[in-house]
Amino acid sequence: MIALSVNAKRVMVDVDPSTPLRWVLRDNLGLTGTKYGCGMAQCGACTVHIDAQAVRSCVAPVSRAPGRQVTNMEGLSPDVSDPLQRAWIEIDVPQCGYCQSDQIMSAAVLLLREKAIPSNDDIDQALAGNVCRCGAYCRIRRAVHRAAELARGSK
Amino acid sequence: MTDLHPLNRREFLKVGVAAGGGMLVGIYLPQLNSSETVSRTEVFQPNAFLRIGTDDMITVILGKSEMGTGIYTSLPMIAAEELDADWQHIRVEAAPVDEVYFHPTFHIQMTGGSSSVTSEWERLRKAGATARAMLIAAAAKNWDVDPKACGTQTGYVVHEPSNRRVSYGALAEAAATTPLPTDVPLKDPNNFTIIGRGTHRLDTAAKTNGSALFGIDAKAPDMLTALIARPPVFGAKISRVNDARSRKITGVKAVVPVQSGIAVVADGFWAAKLGRDALEVEWDEGPNATVSTAAIREQYARLSNAPGKVARRDGDPAHALQTAATKITAEYEVPYLAHATMEPLNCLVDLRADRCDIWTGTQFQSLDHAAAVKLTGLHPNQVHVHTTMLGGGFGRRGSPTSEFVVEAVEVAKAVHAPVKVVWTREDDIRGGWYRPMAYDRISAGLDASGNPVAWDHTIVSQGVLEGTIFAPDGNDGSSVEGAVEMPYAIPNVLVSLHAMKLGVPVLWWRSVGNSHTAFVVESFIDELAHASGKDPYQFRRALLAKKPRHLAVLELAAEKANWSAPLPKGQGRGIALHFSFDTYVAEVAEVSVSERDTIRVHRVVAAVDCGRVVNPDGVVAQTEGGIIFGLSAALKSEITLDRGRVQQSNFHDYQVLRINEAPQIEVYIVPSTEHPMGVGEPPVPPIAPAVANAVFAATGKRVRKSPIRMNEAV
Repeated sequence: MIALSVNAKRVMVDVDPSTPLRWVLRDNLGLTGTKYGCGMAQCGACTVHIDAQAVRSCVAPVSRAPGRQVTNMEGLSPDVSDPLQRAWIEIDVPQCGYCQSDQIMSAAVLLLREKAIPSNDDIDQALAGNVCRCGAYCRIRRAVHRAAELARGSK
Repeated sequence: MTDLHPLNRREFLKVGVAAGGGMLVGIYLPQLNSSETVSRTEVFQPNAFLRIGTDDMITVILGKSEMGTGIYTSLPMIAAEELDADWQHIRVEAAPVDEVYFHPTFHIQMTGGSSSVTSEWERLRKAGATARAMLIAAAAKNWDVDPKACGTQTGYVVHEPSNRRVSYGALAEAAATTPLPTDVPLKDPNNFTIIGRGTHRLDTAAKTNGSALFGIDAKAPDMLTALIARPPVFGAKISRVNDARSRKITGVKAVVPVQSGIAVVADGFWAAKLGRDALEVEWDEGPNATVSTAAIREQYARLSNAPGKVARRDGDPAHALQTAATKITAEYEVPYLAHATMEPLNCLVDLRADRCDIWTGTQFQSLDHAAAVKLTGLHPNQVHVHTTMLGGGFGRRGSPTSEFVVEAVEVAKAVHAPVKVVWTREDDIRGGWYRPMAYDRISAGLDASGNPVAWDHTIVSQGVLEGTIFAPDGNDGSSVEGAVEMPYAIPNVLVSLHAMKLGVPVLWWRSVGNSHTAFVVESFIDELAHASGKDPYQFRRALLAKKPRHLAVLELAAEKANWSAPLPKGQGRGIALHFSFDTYVAEVAEVSVSERDTIRVHRVVAAVDCGRVVNPDGVVAQTEGGIIFGLSAALKSEITLDRGRVQQSNFHDYQVLRINEAPQIEVYIVPSTEHPMGVGEPPVPPIAPAVANAVFAATGKRVRKSPIRMNEAV
């Protein structure tokens, strides 16, 4: 059994330590907000936070997680009150929506840890690993700027 | 999907109208043919499209799939408009399979061909208007007043003379017993308050907190997960399997053969993946073991030297070409392309003795349903297709063989447990059903003043309609669409096709044939403009005098892009125009080409005429997304084969556009009162030629091969 802290809750899972964190979240814990896209850290669909760092959970074995805080989409803010979610809703970013969890999770680390007021280049750099096949990129950029505004308390 | 008879537009319309007329009968179903029992005392379900609850919630039931295009918002807007509903009370539910939801032209339950707003427009308006009339009748009866003296106000029936009002929910029970009215008038479009208003999508919140349910997220009690070892060569058959190592993997429950390969069934994806990796399979590779795209290209190029089967002929193109002052010939080519939906294909099947439940993101519900009925031997009423959200479709989830459903049913039959088959990204990229590769040879003749007098376009490609329910009688429209509709005023035109049959399975890929033909037609018209020493925008304008809607989008895009303003050295502006799915789109791309030959697209300006617009922000979003999707193909993506094997496997070698490569995009909509048409696909075709034309403007070099790379320039 492996003890994990996921979305601020302690959970025990009975899996091989080499199992990618993504499949533990999805198949063992039912947290399907974390997606499957490529399995080789090429598309970003599986992005989660481990101790506030954006991690591709498809290539991170679950053995990396014990003793650290794992947060996935369902744990960011279920009532969609996070500035990123509010901005995403205001701008209607998602199309199919499959990648939007990972876009938001990657953007969250950018805003929280790196740039409170990001430039387009900052956003492009932070999200270049997150593929959106519907091509919502223009809106993702707008929404990250808007979320930064909302986080600063601007209207 | 495509409009299937580009050569017989009149016939196409006739079919549509006839079927549309028949829908009047279709929409007045007393209740859904669904497993859920709908209690008539709690809800008012005036037809198969609407349900009004006593809590005022209005459910719009759609036989369509939300694959990202926003129809789970734009379609309810249409019904809500006529119903005069409170938009805050609108919800959407995916319909079960039922003939009432069949596409009026294609006669199956499906989503595709940029046709949803077009095909649902009339019946959703009627559904909303009918329900409104019944609610009014119920209120009038209750108040004992003339229904004609009653009106509605966003979710309420009102009687102004007595200053009374009652909510739709409070009327639901009474309305359910009201006789069905006939001949309910529809709103004057001048009085629309919801249609045409920028409206937030209903599915955004669920798509920003992880709660939106995609097929891959569906669950059933004690569900197993299966991965399938698929053939390395199209059509290869299993000759020997050793599953001993596979069965020893913890969590692997079964290894079973199915039509599409060997399924490894386990208690989760990871065990199934390890189990599949441990499988030893020998394949009889069959006739496709030698297929290579290099050889296909050589064959296609050779064939393109002679005309194929005629798809369009105006005047005497051969003679006009011979006698022209100048003759120009060019060859163009485009590769196979995978759809690469972000959510790989998957399907969950829970098969019991007397019931089969299927959860999947599909574009072809009724075909999948029919395939499952056949395979299970169950009665059609015992097979239930539950449409989830689709993590992208782009045509891939409209499978003419329903293969991703069939294989899941096969596995479920074998293991006697609910099972979800998931495709890996490698399965997806290597799994075929590609946008066809094509090779085009195109010649034009110019007269002494540089006006085009002849156009001879030979296409060599595989058609995607062959063998499907959309199979054509004559030329496969999917190979020539967009070339046949070449809009420019040229008196002598020949478009012909060499229809190829190969072992590489091909499929409709967002905008179908248009993604190929627009690249050729709009690049080559640009070549003619330059050959005649004219501005490419003005050259097109002059040839579109009798095509007002084409002209309007062209002029709007050029104006908004500030077409004639100079750009710095190394930068260029290119324009392209394309009509597809009855929608007109012009795009202007601004690109730079670096000294190291890197092409970068900085800005795209698009003008769209899709008739009356239901949700303007939805049109903008689809145009933005279509441009990015088209740019992936224009600049990056390519499927190639060697020794029968697909050489790409995942996003590292099947590359798609990323945010750091995405241009700034501006979208302008032409105001229109014409019948509303779709926008899911039409923004895709013009972008590749707009970029190729911009690259020429920037460098003087013409790239006639997609993806557009400077080392392919001539």
